[in-house]
Amino acid sequence: MSVLVDKSTRVLVQGLGKTGQFHTEKAIAYGTQMVGAVHPSRAGSEFHFEGDTDHSGVPGRDDKYSVDLLVYATVEEAVAETGANASVVYVPPPFAADAIMEAAAAGVDLVVAITEGIPVADMIKAKRYLEGKTTRLIGPNCPGVITPGECKIGIMPGYIHARGKVGVVSRSGTLTYEAVHQLTLLELGQTTAIGIGGDPVNGTNFVECLEMFENDDETEGVIMIGEIGGTAEEDAAEFVEAEMSKPVAGFIAGTTAPPGKRMGHAGAIVSGGKGTAEAKIEAMTSAGIVVADTPSGMGEAMLRALG
Amino acid sequence: MKIHEHQAKQLMAGRGIPVPLGRVARSVDEAVAAVRPLIEETGNPVVVVKAQIHAGGRGKGTFEEHPGVRGVNVVTDGIEGGPSAAEERVRELAQQMLGSTLVTIQTGEEGKLVSRLYVEQGIDIDRELYLAVLLDRAASRNIVMASTEGGVEIEKVAEETPEKVLRAEIDPAIGLAAFQANQLAHGLALDGDPGKNFMKFVKSLVDAASDLDTDLIEINPLVVTTDGQVMALDAKMAFDDNALYRHPEIADMRDETEEDPAELAAKNAGLNYIKLDGTVGCLVNGAGLAMATMDTIKHVGGEPANFLDVGGGATADQVTIAFQIITKDPNVKGIFVNIFGGIMRCDVIATGIVEAIERVGLEVPLVVRLEGTNVEQGKKIIEESGLKVTNADSLLDGAEKILELTGVSQ
Repeated sequence: MSVLVDKSTRVLVQGLGKTGQFHTEKAIAYGTQMVGAVHPSRAGSEFHFEGDTDHSGVPGRDDKYSVDLLVYATVEEAVAETGANASVVYVPPPFAADAIMEAAAAGVDLVVAITEGIPVADMIKAKRYLEGKTTRLIGPNCPGVITPGECKIGIMPGYIHARGKVGVVSRSGTLTYEAVHQLTLLELGQTTAIGIGGDPVNGTNFVECLEMFENDDETEGVIMIGEIGGTAEEDAAEFVEAEMSKPVAGFIAGTTAPPGKRMGHAGAIVSGGKGTAEAKIEAMTSAGIVVADTPSGMGEAMLRALG
Repeated sequence: MKIHEHQAKQLMAGRGIPVPLGRVARSVDEAVAAVRPLIEETGNPVVVVKAQIHAGGRGKGTFEEHPGVRGVNVVTDGIEGGPSAAEERVRELAQQMLGSTLVTIQTGEEGKLVSRLYVEQGIDIDRELYLAVLLDRAASRNIVMASTEGGVEIEKVAEETPEKVLRAEIDPAIGLAAFQANQLAHGLALDGDPGKNFMKFVKSLVDAASDLDTDLIEINPLVVTTDGQVMALDAKMAFDDNALYRHPEIADMRDETEEDPAELAAKNAGLNYIKLDGTVGCLVNGAGLAMATMDTIKHVGGEPANFLDVGGGATADQVTIAFQIITKDPNVKGIFVNIFGGIMRCDVIATGIVEAIERVGLEVPLVVRLEGTNVEQGKKIIEESGLKVTNADSLLDGAEKILELTGVSQ
């Protein structure tokens, strides 16, 4: 098993600019079932993708791909025509929250929003819109979700991943790659890696991801990677202590970040003495989470936690 | 993005939210000229002269050049001496404040240069309260925070007497409901006219936060005047940078002199840079990894000179600008480049580094750690360039190597 996505996941892409096209191609090469695109002003046109798959030469897998993606005017229509159950959003920031709501309105199970720079007020409204609906939002401002060997939704480099037993959940893109890479080298591998994003208002938090991993048979341990700002890591630590049977390792970025400064991510800011790395590390450690001293030690921390 | 108090008050006044009358002054003459009309219009002989900087704690802050002068000064000379006496005192203060450096608890030791003043009418205060509209991340909603303890740091109040901090969550589809405004008024022990005035005030403030895409509006203190008015004595506003595109009139309020020149240059080049006090310059892709790189430098005994995230798709030009910004900092004794190439290819970054050094020059040791897509080609490009660059195998290894090379003991 895995969480959120697997080889049966059928993915739409919303936003087919340069970035959207580039990563759609990479997803197809990885083996993701991309089934359609949504772009109001390009409806009816077709995008053709072909080339060598990432698993060329692997017995039993296709060496080449050739995919035509039809562009639909609305998500509703695309879902009706393709049976898509997931969507990835590359729509520019001013329109991205609307794209998320459109996907939810069409009943898509999973929306992965990659877009960075969505206004907070738009996300507050989008989250309000998602209340009571079955759609799960991952992101925004995140690398996406990947179940190695089955489905890659987002901008992460596929080849650093390997199927294995560790769930990864992170607020940071490149730190996720660090963790994944180490897990692959240590031959622990990953069940699913989830980037929940660096914005202050996001769709899915640590606790929800930890819960999914706890309930996933294949996942034997979890790495959670947090950073300064907010209290999501403290909430996660509380959950780990109270509810989780599986070992958890972690890392928190931003010990040296000066207070009151936004460190790249919109959500990475210590304000009014709240959201410091120290408080998070303290909460995680006392919840029994093995916290790595440096990002280079994340894989080792997972090994120690697994015992 | 932050704006000045006088700009925040101007925005509020434009929306019918009560603020004291005031005039902004960029020169001594402008400050003096503000006094008489204010006194005549309000009938109050007291005026207040306030330094305009993007930092709090002005009331208690003092000037480096004039230790006896504070950042906020109440001028009472007009009570006995009339407007002319008030003008004279304001002239004296403006001469000392303008062009001088104000040091407050929030500016750090270096302080901030004052280049504008706000001259405001005096207010007869009955009560001082606290009011703010800000994001509650856990709730994914804006909240109103209010307290009877105005004029002091709210963090302190929340820490010591949390029961004195009132909260109301704002449903984005509804705004602040009337009953919530009433609950807040009740909790602040405001009834009668002050209660009604407060409810109107807080409702307008929540609407302003929503219409203007603020990150934060903080009114500290919010005052109840002796005649029952509710008014913002101070006002702090910060805006969501990601929403500024739909508020050009607010974007125009940016005061670039308040920002660090290097940070501004980086921002204009599409880079995320924050200057710190250490000696090891960092160039990293990704915000989380950039923070973690700083942390690791500290972990092995060094001090990072900066945060710098070149982002996911940096060009050779951006890398060059990044190098220029880092090497301009005289504290920098060595540079650590840490790249985990995902979509960004290591060979592209390596080419950027080589070009940057050829253009900018390099007088300090450089350690490069490349990992990820096309890492071998990237390493080869750097080796073949003949530049004096030390390769590192991991983040930790790189941090240790740059420390060794910069001669800082562990």
